[in-house]
Amino acid sequence: MTDTTAPRPRRKAFSVRTMPGFSSIAIVCFLALYAPIVVIVVYSFNSGNSIALWEGLSLKWYATAWQNDAVQEATIRSVIIAAFASVISTVVATMAALGTTHGGDFRGRTVIYLLINQPLMVPEIVTAVALLIFFSMIRIATGYSGLAYLIAAHAAFCVPFAYLPIRARLEGMDTMLELAAADLYATPWRAFRRVTLPLMAPGIVAGAMLAFVISLDDVIITEFVKAAGQDTLPTYMLGQLRRAITPEVNAISTILLAITVILLTLFFILTRKRSPKA
Amino acid sequence: MSAVEISPAAGTDQEARAEAARTRRNWLLSLPAVILLLFAASGPLVIVLIYSFLTPGDYSGVKWIPTFDAWTSILFSRDIFDDTLRLADAHLTIFWRSASLSLLTTLITFLLGFPTAYFIATRPPRQRGLWLFLITIPFWTNLLIRTFAIMEVIRNEGLLNKLLMMTGLISEPLQILYSDTAVLIGMAYVYLPLMVLPLYAALERFDFRLVEAGYDLYAGRWMVLRKVILPLVKPGIVAGSILVFMPSLGAYVTPRVLGGGKHMMIGSFIELQFGQGRNWPLGASLSMLLLLIVGIGLFFYVRAMSKEKAHD
Repeated sequence: MTDTTAPRPRRKAFSVRTMPGFSSIAIVCFLALYAPIVVIVVYSFNSGNSIALWEGLSLKWYATAWQNDAVQEATIRSVIIAAFASVISTVVATMAALGTTHGGDFRGRTVIYLLINQPLMVPEIVTAVALLIFFSMIRIATGYSGLAYLIAAHAAFCVPFAYLPIRARLEGMDTMLELAAADLYATPWRAFRRVTLPLMAPGIVAGAMLAFVISLDDVIITEFVKAAGQDTLPTYMLGQLRRAITPEVNAISTILLAITVILLTLFFILTRKRSPKA
Repeated sequence: MSAVEISPAAGTDQEARAEAARTRRNWLLSLPAVILLLFAASGPLVIVLIYSFLTPGDYSGVKWIPTFDAWTSILFSRDIFDDTLRLADAHLTIFWRSASLSLLTTLITFLLGFPTAYFIATRPPRQRGLWLFLITIPFWTNLLIRTFAIMEVIRNEGLLNKLLMMTGLISEPLQILYSDTAVLIGMAYVYLPLMVLPLYAALERFDFRLVEAGYDLYAGRWMVLRKVILPLVKPGIVAGSILVFMPSLGAYVTPRVLGGGKHMMIGSFIELQFGQGRNWPLGASLSMLLLLIVGIGLFFYVRAMSKEKAHD
């Protein structure tokens, strides 16, 4: 017989939504997602030569990375490629978004959609192989072996990433404003410049930032397309990982991570849907 | 238009002309993007297809002699003495490793990703955005850095071995790096967000009153999960599984860094053909095969997504 007067062990109220163990697994997942990244960031500030033993706080490895000519060149190259690629892809993506979003369906729109989204669908290794073959043909035919190949390749796979936020912005826009501008005798160009473009601007900036991040982070296509001595930061890192790893790689990773997180946070702020007014 | 009478025919003619002008304008606007992508993304795929039917060159590249050899050599090798075909064991091992590791990655990410997506979907609406953001950040960060990070953790002197030795579970560090297990851990780590996002999208729309109804009808938790929740979020499960399986199958960076040279998957095998292997046609046919598999996966993905939409 149980004594009903004794205080019963407190039980949590039965909640319809909770599944036993799910929350613990979720928390473990979040920890597992971030722990390795945190380890990298922390050890980038290690003063010792080891990536396993903590010997004290220092910026030594950032200085080492900064004084390494190969790292400097790779950084400059990465930034040049990402800058060109994000500008080119954002310009063509903005035009394409205007062409495919404004005013209903038209013949061939599906073809354009498929082309624009191709880099998201085809495995990167396959595109990399295709570009290796195609660009080596052009290289032999023209003798040119500069950065333009990498810029063209990056610009192409950045298009969908620039296009999607711009299109999302255009779709959420009030077309009445353009009509109002036209009613007020604005020429189409003036209406576009004074009304449509300013309204699109957050989408365009967001698209450009996403394209920049994607270009900056690319490994596979760059690894296949680059000529000798055209390492970007990620391909330089990939080469380093095959040798003995020094905390220098941690420092480079931390900087790349910081750039990504800052740009992404801005991206989310720019594209955040304003909560509807109650 | 009261004074001028327009015949219906003229009206449709005018409409057709306006329609044509609109189509032309839209195409002109999209043209730079189309040209860029045809030049540096889609167009070159045609060359790969052509190369897959050519003969390998002496050092690299191809000779323009048409043949199906590259396609048959995916599965068979020709005996140098009596010219008979036999199954190429080395290739089969690589395909088997790619397929099984990709399937296991999908399974692990599902077992971990489903509770995670469920957890996010059952948070108060105002918190969900933050949790989702925490999943999205790793998703957008550099794949190489994430692979490098997990490499640091599973190294002999890494965090994982340290923790296991501290708890006394093991006395010697486990050699995980440069094995299939390392590749599996790495891919599950790298692709987990791809599973969580579509699962969350499906669970967020799930009507939890159905769970209540299940409990009212005396179903247990397991029963509710199996008979109510899982069937209704199935399109999300299919979508997440395909989103994880496809990039796992074509993965290159993670297997290369974590698997070392020996534990090759299709991606590194393709690369090998363009490097030391010097068999461009075989590399080309393997690429096309991978593209075909991904195409089939994509077809099912689109179908799952349209089913999901039909639910609304």
